[in-house]
Amino acid sequence: MNSLILRVVGRLLVPLMLLFSVFLLLRGHNEPGGGFVGGLMAVGAFGLYSLTYGVATARKALFVDPRTLVGLGLLLAVISGFGAAFIDAPYLTGVWFVWDLAPDFTLHVGTPTVFDVGVYLVVIGGVLMALFSVEDD
Amino acid sequence: MSYAIALSFLVAALAPTIVRFAGRASPWILAILPASIFAWFLSLTGRVREEGSIVQQITWVPGLDANLTFHLDGLSLLFALLVSGIGILIVLYGGGYLKGHPQLGRFYLFLLFFMGSMLGVVLASNVISLFVFWELTSFSSYGLIGFIHEKERSRAAALQALLVTSLGGLVMLVGLILLGSMGGSFELTQLTLQDSLSEHPFYVGALLLILAGAFTKSAQFPFHFWLPGAMEAPTPVSAYLHSATMVKAGVYLMARLNPALGDTTLWLYLVGGIGLVTMVVGAYLALAHTDLKKLLAYSTVMALGQLTMLIGLGTELAIQAMVVFLLVHALYKAALFMAAGSIDHETGTRDVRELGGLAGVMPLTFAASLVAALSMAGLPPLFGFVGKEIVYDATLSLDSGAALFTTFAVLANIAVVAVAGIVALRPFLGARRQTPKAPHEAPFTMWIGPALLGVGSVVFGLLPALVGPTFMVGAASAVLGEPQSFELALWHGFNLPLLLSAITVASGVILYLAWPRLRTGFGNFDRLFGEVPRLGYEWTLDALARVAAWQTRTIQNGSLRWYLFVIVAFFVALTGATLLFRGGIALPDTTGSVHIFEVIVAIICAGGALVVVLARSRVAALASLGITGYALALLFVMFSAPDLALTQLFIETLSVILLTLVVIYLPPLRRSEATPGRTRPVVRDAVVSALAGGLVTLLVWGVIANPLDMTIPEFYGENSYTQAHGRNIVNVILVDFRAIDTMGEILVLALAGIGVFTLMRLRANRARAPRVFAYRLAPEEERGLVPAERTDIAGPLPDDDEWEQDERGPNS
Repeated sequence: MNSLILRVVGRLLVPLMLLFSVFLLLRGHNEPGGGFVGGLMAVGAFGLYSLTYGVATARKALFVDPRTLVGLGLLLAVISGFGAAFIDAPYLTGVWFVWDLAPDFTLHVGTPTVFDVGVYLVVIGGVLMALFSVEDD
Repeated sequence: MSYAIALSFLVAALAPTIVRFAGRASPWILAILPASIFAWFLSLTGRVREEGSIVQQITWVPGLDANLTFHLDGLSLLFALLVSGIGILIVLYGGGYLKGHPQLGRFYLFLLFFMGSMLGVVLASNVISLFVFWELTSFSSYGLIGFIHEKERSRAAALQALLVTSLGGLVMLVGLILLGSMGGSFELTQLTLQDSLSEHPFYVGALLLILAGAFTKSAQFPFHFWLPGAMEAPTPVSAYLHSATMVKAGVYLMARLNPALGDTTLWLYLVGGIGLVTMVVGAYLALAHTDLKKLLAYSTVMALGQLTMLIGLGTELAIQAMVVFLLVHALYKAALFMAAGSIDHETGTRDVRELGGLAGVMPLTFAASLVAALSMAGLPPLFGFVGKEIVYDATLSLDSGAALFTTFAVLANIAVVAVAGIVALRPFLGARRQTPKAPHEAPFTMWIGPALLGVGSVVFGLLPALVGPTFMVGAASAVLGEPQSFELALWHGFNLPLLLSAITVASGVILYLAWPRLRTGFGNFDRLFGEVPRLGYEWTLDALARVAAWQTRTIQNGSLRWYLFVIVAFFVALTGATLLFRGGIALPDTTGSVHIFEVIVAIICAGGALVVVLARSRVAALASLGITGYALALLFVMFSAPDLALTQLFIETLSVILLTLVVIYLPPLRRSEATPGRTRPVVRDAVVSALAGGLVTLLVWGVIANPLDMTIPEFYGENSYTQAHGRNIVNVILVDFRAIDTMGEILVLALAGIGVFTLMRLRANRARAPRVFAYRLAPEEERGLVPAERTDIAGPLPDDDEWEQDERGPNS
């Protein structure tokens, strides 16, 4: 689509959308958001980009093939479940690490975070794979 | 024990890398794995003898009683030693046989993966984990039979073995679950302690289903046809999987379940009877063939039949004979397969009619296969003699049917003697013949295996006490479910078994000498018992392909309108009927107040839907569909479900974009003019849509008529932060409490993406890609003459207006 409005707005919006998608992913455990919504946001960003500048440019901007993202995401999700083996719990039980970084700030990082990143990647890869191949045609 | 299995899988995964970097040394490096597993199991022998069994438990899916429980008793130990011990020799042998093969790494990957799975089968105590490992062996066997995947015959043979054994495995799973529900436990260690299972009403069903798995895996008649087909595999694979280990998994399972399911008339007739038939049929089918590997394959079928028959008989002596013959057979058959592979490797042929006089050129291979053949023929002082004596002893001492079982055992063993001569004497004796390749002695890695196994046959024959009290007694005790004590001896004095042995050998020698003239006569026997079951397999697949093509044409005809109609109509019919007959229809509670915003959003929602139906262009319809979706998101916001609203917004946007991209390539809607000969079923669609909408409304009314159960929200509210470190309950449920569901969902999403991707590619490549799927395994004689038939399993392309529209593309 060769629209001046779309190109100008796209250039501004796409980075913001990507940033926001990571924000959504990371805050998801406590506030509305999460891997699924974050992934959809990122797909929206790349979808907008591909509509504006064409699929080839969008593929280049993504750096990796969407198929790789799907595989990587599934792998992360599957692997995150094995963390439970170290605390002798059933598969996919969350394992958490808690650091007191500052007097009023505690960082919780756990295997569900890794799992959510996996979901994020699968959503991006899966939907973009469909979107790009339909656009290509 | 779990470490032995896990380590096998790990090394299997690393094998391609190891082969790439270690090159020639890789067989030796990889052989360390089975060697250390073998040594480790050997070191446990004493403990197993004293304690009876060693148990290890790992929680896997406790909610389903599916746990990774392993136990090592006498029977498991014998199998584990066979799997790892022969594994050492095969890893070395495979390195020589496939020397310089570009895909040696992949070969080792599958081989070691198989070893881990097979160890899992014989060590697993939980029936569910047993099933998983069982199917993994079928899976790795598929990869190994089809190793030379450029050949269509290899692929067809691999598929045949996979279909037969894994379908049997699935049937067996049902039987195992039945068994678990009968015995109240999924643990074999618990099940084998119960002896009232045979009076349970489910007994017959469970037995038949489990035996279906065991019979297919262990190539019992009439499922024996896949085993000779599997000879397409490289010979190390045939020696390992298809003679010594995997095909014995069925025998193992029957032996394992003997205390729980055995000792009934049905068991005797079914297991003993099928075993008897398989034994005789297999033994004489061998004589119809001239391919060394086919000869050995059918004699393996015979051996599996004999083992099954002995388990079916179930007397103490029969079980003793079973465990002894198990070891005897593994020793000689693996050796003979490796020797046959060496002959093939050195001369370029394995047709016995083209071979002769190799003794001078390949003396070590000759010596090893001679010893193995003598053990196979059951001559003293080899271990095979001990084995055959005890088999005859067992059939002779039966209370009923002794004459029948003994006669057929002797008949089958006569053929075995002849086969032993054909595979181990004919290629080596007589005049030298011209062969495709000039033979040399096989390399060290390729003769050491048969030589060591030959030494085993001699040593165990002369000194049966080496294995008798330790391994044989332990294994027999495990099969019988009670401690045994017996001794093995080479010499039992002049008695009836010895006389039968003499008769067997004498008749076998005569049969061997007469074989060149008799061979063609066995052709008819082969056509009846060898070809017919294989044809039955092909007919079944043909029928399946026809049914699939028919149902694709009728149900999945390519028309999206029809798909939607079927899906929605089914939903309405099934859910509506449930709602109607089970009750649950309730009128809404009209006392509550409705906010004005809610009314407005509802109107927008309904208005959008109405415009979709009335729109004159596809893009307009999609846009109004988007309006309905956004209005729905707004409703979620009003009822404080921000996560849902957010997701709904994104999904709505993306689906409008995706659908628009598809739709702009379709021709404009032509509402008025119908395709010639077809009428657009507007009325039908309207009725179904109205019914679906009405049904959903009724469902929602029914749901809100019941008070909301607060226990679940309360549970999550209380535990979300304390247990899962998160305050957003929706997300915590998704990634933690119900993460396994999410795993399934992202898998579906990934598959859907791949599906769209593949469909788009298929369209682009349709002209090139032949849509065929070969599963026929042409008989040996036709090799190279008649190409295997191809069958179009996908059926003709759908013929419908939707599809045609699609074909016309944007220019129409």
